[in-house]
Amino acid sequence: MKGRIILKSERCKGCGICAAFCPKGVLAIDTLGKIEIIKGDECIACGQCELRCPDYAIFVEKEGA
Amino acid sequence: MSEEIKRSYEKYFREHRLPHLWCPGCGNGIAMKAIVMAIEKHPELNKDNTVIISGIGCSSRASGYMDFDTLHTAHGRALPFATGIKLARPDLKVIVITGDGDCTAIGGNHFIHTCRRNHDLTVILFNNNIYGMTGGQTSPMTPKGKKATTTPYGAIAQPLDPSALAKAAGATFVGRSTAYHVQHLASVIEQGLNNHGFAFVEAIVQCPTSYGRKNKLGSPADMMKWMRDNAVMKAAWDKMSDEEKTGEKFPIGVFLDTRAEEYGDMYSKLIDRIGGKNQ
Repeated sequence: MKGRIILKSERCKGCGICAAFCPKGVLAIDTLGKIEIIKGDECIACGQCELRCPDYAIFVEKEGA
Repeated sequence: MSEEIKRSYEKYFREHRLPHLWCPGCGNGIAMKAIVMAIEKHPELNKDNTVIISGIGCSSRASGYMDFDTLHTAHGRALPFATGIKLARPDLKVIVITGDGDCTAIGGNHFIHTCRRNHDLTVILFNNNIYGMTGGQTSPMTPKGKKATTTPYGAIAQPLDPSALAKAAGATFVGRSTAYHVQHLASVIEQGLNNHGFAFVEAIVQCPTSYGRKNKLGSPADMMKWMRDNAVMKAAWDKMSDEEKTGEKFPIGVFLDTRAEEYGDMYSKLIDRIGGKNQ
């Protein structure tokens, strides 16, 4: 299962919850204090980031299901 | 990455008001998401027959972001406003969002008596263990030994357990979950919405700015990991011995789900009786 991550950066406050709960280390905080995708290919579409984002700023779509 | 995506529960948000004003990593946003996820599982609830009422505090800002008929009331007085709406319009579903200070300190007496009368309300208490908005003062639910600006050496009094209080005062549904267990929290709220009577749900949320920083609890994610490691599902909690229930472990789940005559029903029966109907 692969996932495609969609960010709504204008809502992101860079709390880092999504990055901390990502089992594959796909996400990181960028130099501007917002979330960025560093290893998008490794996303397994588990949805942990989307579930726990307090700002409704990250979404995951399943691909190739 | 300008691709548009919209989850079905987002229709219940006032999206033009997002991003919300809560601090980075605040658990209130997660609890608010759980509420709209629970509302979505009830197809009979829509924006016209659901009312969201909140008091004052960080948690109570949630009503401003939810696209229902909402009321942001006086400090501690969310429950009296909700009682009034429910008695005047029993056809509406009334949901109350409150915080630990709002519900158990300033509104403590209202809380006890609204439980006692068993009004058909669903109350969600966002418990962040502190008065976040006003500068981190200790609340009745600040755990013993934890620091706040008004208890710089740690709170010496024991915290209040609102679930036990609600149960003792006559609520018909009592549950608890955390911001870490989002789907579980949504499910507990959904069950609370099903209950025809006073339903009380405690949502434990993290306050990284006031409570977390003062007590050196780490990042918002670390505070959520604490919830993961210390929350025990009720079924497992009941099997645990007293020695195992030590430390900061606490139970989550549905503690009470029962039925009792609802105040509004009794009230309309009284009106019918006094008015001469059904004689």
